[in-house]
Amino acid sequence: MIVAEIKPLAEIKEMVKKYRKVLIVGCGACVTVCLSGGKKQVELLASALRTVKKMEGEDAVIGERTIPRQCELKFIEQMKDEASQYEAILSMGCGAGVQSIAEDLENIPVLPAMNTLFIGASDGRGTWIELCAACGDCILWRTGGICPVARCAKRLIYGPCGGSQGGRCEVSKDNPCVWQQIYTRLMKLNQLHLLMGSSQPKAWPVHPRKLVREDLKLKKEPTGV
Amino acid sequence: MGFREALHSGKFLITAEIGPGKGTETDELLEDAELIKGKVDAINVTDLQSSVMRLGSMAVCHLLKDHGIDPILQMTCRDRNRLALQSDLLSAWVLGIRNVLSLTGDHPTLGDHPQSMPVFDLDSVSLLKVIKRLNEGVDMAGNQLKGAPDFLPGAVVNPGADTEAALEMQIIKMEKKIEAGAEFFQTQGIFDLDLFERFMKRVEGFKTEILGGIILLKSAGMARFMNKNVAGVFVPEPLIKEMEVTKDKVKTSVEIAARLIKGMKDMCQGVHIMAIGWEKRIPLVLEDAEL
Repeated sequence: MIVAEIKPLAEIKEMVKKYRKVLIVGCGACVTVCLSGGKKQVELLASALRTVKKMEGEDAVIGERTIPRQCELKFIEQMKDEASQYEAILSMGCGAGVQSIAEDLENIPVLPAMNTLFIGASDGRGTWIELCAACGDCILWRTGGICPVARCAKRLIYGPCGGSQGGRCEVSKDNPCVWQQIYTRLMKLNQLHLLMGSSQPKAWPVHPRKLVREDLKLKKEPTGV
Repeated sequence: MGFREALHSGKFLITAEIGPGKGTETDELLEDAELIKGKVDAINVTDLQSSVMRLGSMAVCHLLKDHGIDPILQMTCRDRNRLALQSDLLSAWVLGIRNVLSLTGDHPTLGDHPQSMPVFDLDSVSLLKVIKRLNEGVDMAGNQLKGAPDFLPGAVVNPGADTEAALEMQIIKMEKKIEAGAEFFQTQGIFDLDLFERFMKRVEGFKTEILGGIILLKSAGMARFMNKNVAGVFVPEPLIKEMEVTKDKVKTSVEIAARLIKGMKDMCQGVHIMAIGWEKRIPLVLEDAEL
């Protein structure tokens, strides 16, 4: 999932200070799963903003709406009428959600309530870790299903640096050395030979990236006879 | 005799290392270099060691060259992408630099500009491959060079990697570095000769020259600090005690270094002395080690 966290309230307050009518929009996908931008968090943020506005003597209208996915046009379209009654939208989706809404609702400012962090997963104990760098050239088949591009601080794809101590990363002792983990996993899989393979330096993707699926493109109407 | 000739002469090799400081002051650095000139086969110049912004390795290597010393340019992949690395290699060659040590480099968060972007476009292995290609007159993209360098490429290895997995991977990576063209290795500082001997047995048959790393201990505190914070460095307790009880730290430090050098003399092809500010004591160490 895409992992995001809510911005500090002071920053959100600053963003919305000139708007009296604000619609907070949650997203039912990744940010709901990582407990940061779903229906519940929309309620909490709305109530916090109402209190803030009230304390400042403002008669504000803070609306709440959560759509299944902010990165999908059809769901944005469904809230268009409601959105048009507000001066600003405060999105609790990831950066893709904010931009998808802004693209569709051209005349209303769309503000980010979240900082989008990474693609990752939860350990089930309140910690989320980055797992995928979306590098566009997956090598997980030869690294025991553990990604060094996302999980090595130096993105080393040829093997570890000499900096680990006791199996921990030189950058932070809180993190395991991912190459140590890869070694252990490959040993269990009886695939240590994969470490001997040589790889080419990565071709880094050019941003912004785009995926075009010819098979899904709308077929052109046949031109008239 | 330059380092390349020394490397192939069969003599016991001696290299040292100097670290440029923060700023344009070079007098002390060159003074230190002059003191060890003629006693060592080459001097490494570190590349923003510990990720601290300093005077660059290439400029100082060039100055050493002017002083009649054969420098080894340390090159890390931390701060430059493949365009800059290749260009700097060509620049180094035209400035008279003939030896390059390929390193991945420490992460910027360990230094004094922790917010800087870590590059690591290449790593120590792929940089060696690039040096090999440039030597053949072709850049990484396959373009022909008009005038090619002929560097002597070297690399590093950490025999003291502290877990079995880490040591195995160091050895696998060492083999990859040899395959990528590394003709010599300088190791992390060695304090435990038994451990070093086991490592040397493990890599017996690898076609390369290995220079065992020697770090001058300045105090017991420094030894403890390294044990806690420097990967691959482990100073055994008896050595720490020696530094603790001595009345003359310099003398004891020199004695320990000389003892280690004598001990590893028959195990490897040379030593690489990292004096970390005590460069002036290197001649004493060499004298004590009967080199």
